[in-house]
This record gives sequence, C-alpha cells and structure tokens, in this order.
Amino acid sequence: MASITPHFPILCVVIPLFGALLCATIRNSRATWLLAVCSALCSFLCAVFLLMHANDRVVSYAIGGWQSPIGIEYRIDSFNAYVLCLISGIGCLSVLYAPSAISEVSSFNRPWFFSVMLLCMTGLMGMAATGDAFNLFVFMEIASLSSYVLIALGKQREALVAAYRYLIVGTMGATFYVIGIGFLYVSTGTLNIADLTVRIAPIKTTAPVLTGISFLIVGLSIKAAIFPLHAWLPNAYRFAPIPVSAFLSGTATKVALYILLRFIFSVLGVQFFLGTFGLYEVIVTFSLGAILFGSIVAIFQKNLRRMLAYSSIAQVGYITLGIALANENSLTGSLIYIVGHGLTKVGLFFVAGSLLARLGSDHIADLAGAGRRMPWTVGSFIFLSLNMLGIPGTIGFLGKWYIALAAAERGSWWLAVIIIMTSLLALIYMGRFIESAYFSSCSDEKIKSQANSIPWNMGLSLAILTGLCIWLGIDTAILTDKARAAALLLLGANL
Amino acid sequence: MTGNQVLLQLNYWLIIMIMMMGFYVVLAHSNMIKKLIGLGIFQTSVYFLYVVPGKIIGGTAPIIASGYQVYSNPLPHVLILTAIVVGVATLALGLALVTRINEAYGTIEENDLYRPDEWRQ
Amino acid sequence: MMDEAVWALVIPLVGALAILCLSSRPNLREAVTLLSSSGLLVVVGMIARDILGGQVHDVTLLQFAPGVSLAFKVEPFGVMFALLASSLWLINSIYSIGYVRRNALPRQTSFYLWFAVSLSATIGIAFAGNLFTLFLFYEALTLSTYPLVVHGQINSDKVAGRVYLGMLLGTSISLFLLGILWTWTIAGTLDFQLGGILKEKIDPNIIGTLLALFAFGIGKSALMPVHRWLPAAMVAPAPVSALLHAVAVVKAGVFSLVKILVYIFGIDLLAQSDGDNWLIYAAAFSMIAAAIIALRQDDLKRRLAYSTISQLAYIVLAAAVAHPVALIGAMFQVIGHALGKIILFFAAGSIYTVSGLTKVSQLDGIGRRMPWTMAAFTIGAMCIVGLPGTIGFWGKWYMFQGGALSAQQLFIIGVLLTSTLVSAAYLVPIVYAAFFKSELSSAPSHGEAPWPMVVPIIVTAAAVMMLFFAVEWPYQLISLLKP
Repeated sequence: MASITPHFPILCVVIPLFGALLCATIRNSRATWLLAVCSALCSFLCAVFLLMHANDRVVSYAIGGWQSPIGIEYRIDSFNAYVLCLISGIGCLSVLYAPSAISEVSSFNRPWFFSVMLLCMTGLMGMAATGDAFNLFVFMEIASLSSYVLIALGKQREALVAAYRYLIVGTMGATFYVIGIGFLYVSTGTLNIADLTVRIAPIKTTAPVLTGISFLIVGLSIKAAIFPLHAWLPNAYRFAPIPVSAFLSGTATKVALYILLRFIFSVLGVQFFLGTFGLYEVIVTFSLGAILFGSIVAIFQKNLRRMLAYSSIAQVGYITLGIALANENSLTGSLIYIVGHGLTKVGLFFVAGSLLARLGSDHIADLAGAGRRMPWTVGSFIFLSLNMLGIPGTIGFLGKWYIALAAAERGSWWLAVIIIMTSLLALIYMGRFIESAYFSSCSDEKIKSQANSIPWNMGLSLAILTGLCIWLGIDTAILTDKARAAALLLLGANL
Repeated sequence: MTGNQVLLQLNYWLIIMIMMMGFYVVLAHSNMIKKLIGLGIFQTSVYFLYVVPGKIIGGTAPIIASGYQVYSNPLPHVLILTAIVVGVATLALGLALVTRINEAYGTIEENDLYRPDEWRQ
Repeated sequence: MMDEAVWALVIPLVGALAILCLSSRPNLREAVTLLSSSGLLVVVGMIARDILGGQVHDVTLLQFAPGVSLAFKVEPFGVMFALLASSLWLINSIYSIGYVRRNALPRQTSFYLWFAVSLSATIGIAFAGNLFTLFLFYEALTLSTYPLVVHGQINSDKVAGRVYLGMLLGTSISLFLLGILWTWTIAGTLDFQLGGILKEKIDPNIIGTLLALFAFGIGKSALMPVHRWLPAAMVAPAPVSALLHAVAVVKAGVFSLVKILVYIFGIDLLAQSDGDNWLIYAAAFSMIAAAIIALRQDDLKRRLAYSTISQLAYIVLAAAVAHPVALIGAMFQVIGHALGKIILFFAAGSIYTVSGLTKVSQLDGIGRRMPWTMAAFTIGAMCIVGLPGTIGFWGKWYMFQGGALSAQQLFIIGVLLTSTLVSAAYLVPIVYAAFFKSELSSAPSHGEAPWPMVVPIIVTAAAVMMLFFAVEWPYQLISLLKP
C-alpha cells in the first residue's frame, strides 16, 4: 500500500477512464453497471484519501516523471480535494441510481451508456485535479463531449436539439477558454497554473493579460451557466435522462465554478480581481439577476425537471454572489453552498426520476396525490426542499448564513436582505409541487394503478444522499472546516 | 505602439477576422451543418493564435543542432495538435447529432424545427 | 445522564415515532399519546421544581458556526410556558380522543403524530438558550402545525394552508431572521442573558427599528397586520385550534417576543429608551381593532380567533411597558388566556360535534341541552374578560397597575378598560343566549357531549377558578428574574 499512495492524484482520474474502456468492451449490461459503480467508488475513495491528506499541504504529482513547470503536474490542495470528493461521490450515486431510470436506453446500448458516464466523470475529475491549464482544456472537452452524448440519449426528440445547442454553446465556451489561455501563455511562457501565478504577477495589468482573462472568465461562465450565459441549461436538464441531469447538475457547473475560483483567486489574487479589474458591481448585478430570474421563472414552470433546472440557475447566483463579496466568510459560504446545492439538487432530481419511473410523468399536474402513494420519496423531496429554502439546521442555511453575514460585514445590508428574502421565492416553487403532491387527488386511473415502491438502487442512492444532507446539516463542523480551509487557501494565496 | 506598428501586426488581424467570421456563421445561419462549419472556422482562428507566436524571430527549426542557439517553440504545435483532435471529435459528434435530428424532425434548419406553439414544456 | 431539558424535548418525539409505528392499533396509539403527554408533564414538573430551587439547566448540544449553537437554558418564563403547554397537551389529548372518534376523523395517525412533533417544537422554544435555537424551533413549529391546519385536505383548506404557511414563514424569514442577523452583528452573540445583550452596544435610535423587525417578524404573536393567519387557521379541527391556536402556537409567539424583550434588549434598556413606545400603540390598536372585528363575527371559531388576537395584544402591551409589575401581569395573562381560550375552543368543538352548529346566532338555548359544557364556557368567558374568581382577573389587575406606573398611564388604562368592555360585549351575549333564550325551531336535538370531551373542559374550568387563589408562585418566578 505504501507504494501506491503517491499515485492517488492520478488514480482518481485514471480509474474511471479505464472503467470506461472496460465497460465499452463488456456486453452484459448488469456487469457494466457493477463495474461502473465499482470504478466510481474507487475513485471516490481515492478522493477522500486525498481530502484527508491535503489539509495543510499540497500533494503534487508529476505525470510521466517530468517535473513541473515543464511537465504536466497534478496539484491537489484542500480546495481541489473538496471538489474531487463531490464529483466522485455524486458520480458514484448517479451510476448506482441509473439502471432503473434509463428506460430509453436499450439494454444493448447500456454498456455504452455507462462507459460514457465514466468518461464524463473522468473529464470532470481531471478538470479538478490538474494543475496545467491546457490539460484542463483537454479534460474539459472530454467531459463536455461525453455530456453532449449523454444528454442526447433522452427519451423525447427535443433531447437531440438540446444536446446540439449545448454542443454549439459549450464548444464556444471552451474555445473562449483556450483563447484566454493562449493570451496568458504568450505573455508568460508557461501553462502550469502555479507557475503562471508567479510569472503573471508583474504583468497583470498589460493588455494581453487582461484580454486573456476576460475571454477566460466569459468561457467559464458559459460552462457554469452564470446568468445571462445560462440558456443551454434548462433544456439540457429537462430532456436528458434523469441520472444524467442529476449528475450534471451536481458536478458540471460546480467544476466550472471551481476553475473560475482558481483563476480569480489563486492566479490573479483577490485585490486585483476586485480592485483593478473592477468586477464587483458587474458580478453582483448578474448574481442578483440570476437569483431573481431563476426563481421567478421556476415558479411558472409546469414541468418538475424544468423547474429544478431554473432553480439551479438561481442557486448558482448565490454562489457567484459569495465570490463577488470575496472575504473569508463569503467564500466559505460559497464553498459550502457548492457542496450543499450539489447534494440537494442531485437528490431532487433523483426524486423526480423515481416519480417518473413509478408514476409515469414529470409534470406537476400529473403528480397530484403522489405524496400519499410514495410517502418516503416525497418526504425526502420535502426535506431537500427545506435545504434549498435555507431552514436552519440544513446545509442550505449554513451557506446562506455565511454569505449574508459577509454582506452585512461589508456594510451592504440591502444585499443581506435580498439574500434572505429570495429564499421565499424558493418556498413558492417548491411549495407548489408539495401542495400538489399532498393535496390534490390523482384523477388519472392509469397512474393510480402503478406500483408504489421504487427499485432498491434508487432507494439506496436517495437514502444515502438524504442521510448525507441531514448529517452535514447537523454536524456542520466537517463541511465548514474544510470549506474554511479552502477559502483561506484561496484568499491567502495571492495578495 | 504606433499606429503603423498596430497595422503591421498582420497575423493578429487575420486571427481576429477569421474568429469573427466563424462566430458570425454560428450565430447567423440556421442550417445546423453550417453552424458546425462556422464553429470549425472559429476554432481554426484559435489554432493560429497559438502557432503564430511560436515562431521566434531568428529561430530555426526546433531540432538540436550545433551552431544554433535560438530555436522556434515547438510546444504550441503540440498543443494545437491536441486542439485539432478535439475539434475533429466535436465536429464528428455534431454531425452525428445533426443526422439524428434529421431523422427525428425531417429538417436540419433550426428555424424550421418547430412552430412556435409546439415546443414541449 | 442527559439533561432533563433534553429529555423534555425527546419524549414527544419518541412518542411521535411510536404513534407512527402503531398506526394500525388505535387504542395503543391513543395510549402512547397519553403516556407521552404525562411523561412530558412529569419531566417539566421536575425542571420547574429545580428552577424554583435555584438550580440551572444549561446545555449546549451542537455548534453550527462560531457563536451560533443549539443550546438550551431554562429560565422562569420558559418553564412556566412549558408547564402550561405540557399540562394542556395532556388535557387536550383526552379531548382529542373523544373528538376524533366521535367525528370519525380520517388520517388519525397523522393527526396525533404531528401533535406530538408540534409539542416537541414548543418545548424547544420554551427552553431555547439563544436566538438561533429559538428561531430553529419556531420554524419547526410552523412546519409541524401545517399538516394539522390542512388536515381536512379539501380545497378551502389548501388556500388557508397557503395563507398560514406563507405568512408565518414569510415574516419569520424576511423580518425575524434579519433581526437575528442584525443583533448578531451588533452584540456578537445570540445568547439570552438577564439584562439583555444589547446594553452598551446599540445605538438608541435603532432600538425601535430592531424591535419592529422582531415584533412583526414573530408572526405567531399575531400583532396586526400580521394576524390574518390566525382566522385562516380556524379551518383546522377543534382540538388543533384549541391547543395550538389558543396555547402552543400563539403563546410561543408572544413568549418569544417577551423573551427577546427581556433577555436580548433588557428591561432597563427598554425602560430608559423610548424605542418601545410605538409598540405600546401598535399593541393597543391591535387590541381594540381585533375586539371590534370579533364583535361582528358570527362564526364562533372566527370570533374566538379575533378574540385571541386581541388578548395577545394585552401581553405585547404589558411587555412593551417594560416594568416588572406589568411583566407579572403578562405572565398571568398568558396563563389566564390559555386556560380560558382552550375552554372556549373545547366548547366550540363539542357543540359542533354533537349538533353540527358553528354559528353564534344558532346557539340559542343550547345551555339547556349541554349544561356542563356551557357552564364551563361561562367560566372561560369570565376568565377572558377578567372577572374576579378566575385567574384572568389577576392578569388584568397587574396590567392596570403596571400601566399606571408607566409614562402613558391614561392612554393605557383607557385602552385596557375599553377592550375589557368590548370583550365582554362579544362573549357575554353568547352565554346569555345559551341559557336564557329559547331554542330556535331549526335546532337539532342532541344531548351533552361524550364524556372524554366534557371531562377536560370541566377540569380546566375548575383549574381556572382554583388558580385564582394560588397567587404566590408567580412572585417566586418573577423574583428569579432579578439579576
């Protein structure tokens, strides 16, 4: 065991990759499912190990033995490890959940499905683990291409169009990122992120660097679906198969936010970002726009999945608000929110998938009375909604509390008020579904006659997720300590 | 830089022109294959952006030989090889999606996909 | 060994779990309810005895963030409130059993289950050691009483449920939470301390604003205009209205407000500043306006609901006067109103159960058919009005005294007198009509209510009269409030 531990940074990326290759060669759909779950689980264990080891030091791994900054380096610090755990954990749960929820994929094609899921996971893990900017682009494209494929597997034909549009927009975003990196490379001569931090310091205000950073931020904002560059998200999440929606909602946007944070805080430094670059007002405006737009549009949606997609846009607004405020409390809040929202949204999509599988519909009107027929499933929906609302005792409250506190510390009282009041909007759109589930009785006889219990793997994934939310909401020290360590790392790295 | 020097940065003017041409094609055309072509043009300009600064003035080909001290930078070429491969993969995937869309909808014009009232909620 | 305060919180939850498991065996399930409520009463009694003896129960369970923790600290107000809630839960459980069975209520397990959870949340509010814990259990109470309010699950219930949840959650998240955040930034802590935590740190000009955030953010105290949820909640079955909306929920609201006034602001701070004067006027307005609206209600439960809004304003007024004598009055009023109002709601439920009548104008002559129930109703009405012989008298007595000592004496005494008269005006005619008018021709024929519904009402009426004589112990509790 002693000889394998230094390789964990690369293992957590490579295991899903090889899992994907193996899945593509095996023809049995059950076997590939088990293989996929196992690879994801191994990757998660590697990530947890890294989380425990990267507390106050950086784990560095040189690929192929070529030392940085010439070679490609995998650099795990406390911020990285945090995100790696999130991705692999959610990946594992989504793959566990998947088989009963992808009726649209024939069992002949299932091995390919799991292969592509693992490829997507590889891409996202690689994005989070790597310390080289171009390597990041490669993994970004691996993840993006896999997600285009996964989204296109949806049942309705609109899924194809949604995947195509996401392809166009997403490739533009990735290309913007590459343009940005191009300018930075030309100015500094290095692609290694840590080295870039050092070399960019004296030339931060020159035109090529500023241009490059602008392109970079716009490209990553497209990937993170930050308002107003969010247009690809609602359709993609609405029409993709449920495990795919769940997985992407919990990870894809979060990794893009991670990279944004990495570049803004670690490479550029918070003083430059807020001061010279002067983006505070812009980001705050767009964040508030995201929160209000996402929440208000979500209220009017008739389809449960589309409502959850717009809700995601709104929640990303809270995270970017925390980024804009840029002090210790707000970054802690944003990081807690990243994990919290990831877990919550994945759980909500899982519930939507269970309801779809058993009751045959994901329109809110068709799900009337579901609460009485599937009490535990809808019960966990209620609990996860409370998380989204920010009731004290939940992770959502923790994240919002820190961000609101940071706003108050800064003196922007109106911002703190808005953060708190907009939670009420979440009450409205979540409450609509809950009311419909418990109060109206179902009129469709066909739906009434369906079975009530969900398959064991769906139930297990949902239970693990809900349990995690409960645990992390109560024993907040775990999440808060790790988030605060990461926040301090980000703030202290470059002053 | 003086105005004259700006105008003489021919490479970068070319890059920007091609970038904007590609961008325009993606936005303006509703034919899905044309959009993909536009995307390809856009990505080609990025390849230029990397390769062009790789040539060092006075540098020779990057093969170590006695008597030469200055070499051109080979790294951008390698990076762009990767990017080209990624671009090809994206194009292939895009074309596959367009084929499936054609099967499902009977058209590859984005504007003709739906009557306005038909989009499923 | 776990602290008794935590036991008090856990017992109803364990009961709730047992109720859930025993849903198919109604008798055992009812027995669990009675057992939990008696157990809770015993534990709270033990805590009360400890408090009177000077012992302290202070326990911190969890730390959410620095300065923000889940902590319980039992103090005199809290233990009094907890005693009230737990004893009335026991009585209400007996009443519920009769009501539920006689009316064949659907989904009975859910009914008893959420009662137990609500009581646990109430105990959490009573024993809260800091603002954060108070807020947590306050929200928990809103959420756990919601299924009870919409128990009937017909369309009008859904609308009422929306008003209930929307108003209570809306005000608590937008105003109450904001007030908590603001307090934290001023004082650096959220703990309840005798003498208040804001003493030197707060700018006197903003006391009024901060107070407003709390007064209107704690929607459960039904201070106008945040009062609409209470009449809306009357769609619930009578036992729910009785315990929750006469005792647990509304008293939790005023209790929270009083606790914040005493332990966060501090009586001295309030007495010195003028920041709380507006609250006196707001409470007075609420008192009179709600009483007048009550006069015009024909539906019995709605009349009682507006009467509750009016009576709660008494407590807010007394707390806003910020004098120890007035606080004694507030304490008596809490007990008096709780006992009196629960009798009135019990009676309303009994009347509805045996005769199906809900309107005041239909109640002529019903006293002869239901002598025990209406006799207790009379005593309850006397208690609400504040006539001697009932404990409600002491509440009004001390509030008059406290009002006389404050700066706005004439105004306060005038307001108290007026509202006493108006409350007599909306309660006495019911009693008169019940006993002295002859029955309407359309009245159904029926007898007295079943005994599980009559016994609790008589016991409570007797308690109202007996407590008139037991005036020592509130002084004991009050003396513990002096730092």
